Amino acid sequence: MERVDVGKKVLSANEAYALKNRQLLARYGTPCFNIISSPGSGKTTILVRTITDLAGALRIGVIEGDIQTDIDAQRIRAAKAPAVQINTEGACHLSAAQVNRGLTELPLDGLDMVLVENVGNLVCPSAFELGENGKIVVLSVPEGDDKPAKYPAIFAKSRVLLVNKMDLLRGGAQVDFDLERVKTDARRLNQGIEIFPVSAKTGEGMQDWYDWLTAQARA
Amino acid sequence: MHETAVAQSLVEMISQEAQSRHARPIRAKMSCGELNAINDEVLSFAFEAVAQGTPCEGMRLQIEHKPLQAKCKTCGRDFVVDLSNVKCPSCGGGDFELLPDAPLLLEQIELEGTDDGES
Repeated sequence: MERVDVGKKVLSANEAYALKNRQLLARYGTPCFNIISSPGSGKTTILVRTITDLAGALRIGVIEGDIQTDIDAQRIRAAKAPAVQINTEGACHLSAAQVNRGLTELPLDGLDMVLVENVGNLVCPSAFELGENGKIVVLSVPEGDDKPAKYPAIFAKSRVLLVNKMDLLRGGAQVDFDLERVKTDARRLNQGIEIFPVSAKTGEGMQDWYDWLTAQARA
Repeated sequence: MHETAVAQSLVEMISQEAQSRHARPIRAKMSCGELNAINDEVLSFAFEAVAQGTPCEGMRLQIEHKPLQAKCKTCGRDFVVDLSNVKCPSCGGGDFELLPDAPLLLEQIELEGTDDGES
């Protein structure tokens, strides 16, 4: 019997690609953010509205991660932004290698920013570095205000929390959602996290998010 | 189920290590941090499934969880974080900084010789 001390990172292959992506993006001076949430929180709607409202001010390219279909990339292209669709064929997260392929297909020299929409999942994507400048987590009102407490990893790792579908709290719908609880629980894990309550549908609160995003492109 | 990708990577790393030493892997030890969100049962199941038909088939995987630590900004102490209720156990303060989480690490492999039938 022989014991071998290995001491190697299990996801080193992914990390090597993440480093490649970081270097590629740095060469173009293009920041990149990794958007993570449950399915149906409104990631694509946020992207479409952001691209439309910032047209002429911020040139955004998008990498769309989905298990199947190119529905999301089509929605982004309809908003007149370049989009690459990656189908993970069952995998619950994007890998840095897949994002690398996406980056090589985007016209990076004509972009101010790359936004990656990860596969809808609040757990798995948080474990895979893509070479991004930061993670953005989206939580929508109907999912409930207990998610930062129940899925701490992604809230601990993200630079921004977008609380989407805030319009549902205004419309007289029967929704129990305590925004203050979300803020308290998220900040308990991550004091530096920026929290923007928004509605990608009505536009409520979106300006603060745009200001943050625009500042990142100029940083 | 990102455990499947982790299992795939483990099987590749262990198989490579074993083959380069012309030996058979019996047991491996890996460690992970709390923010890697690894579920032992899921990872063990995925590892067993992915290992089928590889040199890792039938071997045992031991998973160690390294606690997440934080530094209290009020009293300066380092403490182990309970993600369900993060506060400094010394002063009760809630002003802290999370320290880097442990990475997913393949720590050690136990191999058994195959060339000479030694065990």
